[in-house]
Amino acid sequence: MITKRIIPCLDVRDGRVVKGVNFENLGDVASPVDMAKLYTKSGADELVFYDITASAEGRKLFTEILTETASNVFIPLTVGGGISSIADFDRVLKCGADKVSVNSGAIRNPGIITEAAKLYGDQCVVLSCDIKRVGGEFRVFARGGRDDTGMEAIEWIKRCVGMGAGEVVVNSIDTDGVKQGFDIEMLDAVCKAVSVPVIASGGAGSIEDFIELFRKVPTIDAGLAASIFHFGEVSISDLKARMAEEGIPVRR
Amino acid sequence: MIAIIDYGVGNLFSLKSSLKEIGAEAVVTSDEKVIAEADRIILPGVGAFEDAARKLRESGMADVVKREAAAGKPMMGICLGMQLMFDVGYEYGKHEGLGLISGSVRPIADVIPADYKIPHIGWNLLKFKGESPLFKYIKEGDYVYFVHSYYAAECDESVIAVTEYGTDLTAAVANGNVYGCQFHPEKSGEVGMKILKAFVEL
Repeated sequence: MITKRIIPCLDVRDGRVVKGVNFENLGDVASPVDMAKLYTKSGADELVFYDITASAEGRKLFTEILTETASNVFIPLTVGGGISSIADFDRVLKCGADKVSVNSGAIRNPGIITEAAKLYGDQCVVLSCDIKRVGGEFRVFARGGRDDTGMEAIEWIKRCVGMGAGEVVVNSIDTDGVKQGFDIEMLDAVCKAVSVPVIASGGAGSIEDFIELFRKVPTIDAGLAASIFHFGEVSISDLKARMAEEGIPVRR
Repeated sequence: MIAIIDYGVGNLFSLKSSLKEIGAEAVVTSDEKVIAEADRIILPGVGAFEDAARKLRESGMADVVKREAAAGKPMMGICLGMQLMFDVGYEYGKHEGLGLISGSVRPIADVIPADYKIPHIGWNLLKFKGESPLFKYIKEGDYVYFVHSYYAAECDESVIAVTEYGTDLTAAVANGNVYGCQFHPEKSGEVGMKILKAFVEL
């Protein structure tokens, strides 16, 4: 049976890992390469690297870090942030990424999903979606949660999956950084709408938040978090031991 | 020296790094001479069947790989690389493979229960079908990492391991000196390293 994945996310800016509260007030944590090694040892099933730099210099640094990580870590790496062309896919895949996530790039040009899926296979293309409740509906936000696109999120996700996205990361802006638990309602709605793997992001504050996620949304595939792992508030090995106790399928 | 075949798509970086990690010398190449002189060949794969099969054919590497396989050189296909070793693939149409292992590559949607997700992404465990030198350092029930929407079908005589995803899916195959893994050993942590080590020692 396939296991539920635990995925630490490393937001990287200027070569360092950062994590903010509701996307604001980004603070420095540590070296991404060291953290990737540490997480792999402690049982992470996959790593996500988000490049949150916009400058060419930052991008070059990110590419170097990705290369160094992929040289030392032998679990799946997903890369996102600033992916808006096939050249971007090519660049990160060549550095050792296995999957590439598109967010704002797909909003600007949805065709990139089809094009990349044709070239690299559906399984390589991850749709990442920042979602916030606006006027009673789930709304897609672009540019790191700054711009309301006006698009209804479930419809958008279904459309992207139809075009070839092989996996979906759902990041709830409403719960991100608040550490009060995952957005069960939003995640359940997405899981019911699509048949590709869905990764929950935003809101994990404790081991029990993950247990609640996998209990209440049994079709969710993975839980993603950043700061609670970075700051050692939750250890991946403890989390996985607890999941096993609860009878949740987990790789140990 | 291991020749990692470069046909213009795919994640060759990780594979090369993981071989380096276990102390194996490997070169990423599309040079027929290098491939012919290598003592092992790995056909990697991330990508789409049609595009990859076409690139292999057009570059002339398909012929080299077939010739070296026939000559008995140890060879391993990974993920799409494994799929390309079969006779035919049904991904966005019908496309000819290398024909090193008899069988076809078909959508997992044809065989898994309707409520199972596609692609099959994540860590799943291996169930062995008989013994294989490829698995000499690992045990049944070890977890490996899968990412795929297609699977090898009509190949019972070549299957050396399966994985359960609503039904048994082909996880690894062998036909003499030709091996294939549907999962990614280079992304399967320590277990994957042990499989690569076994391949290097074949």
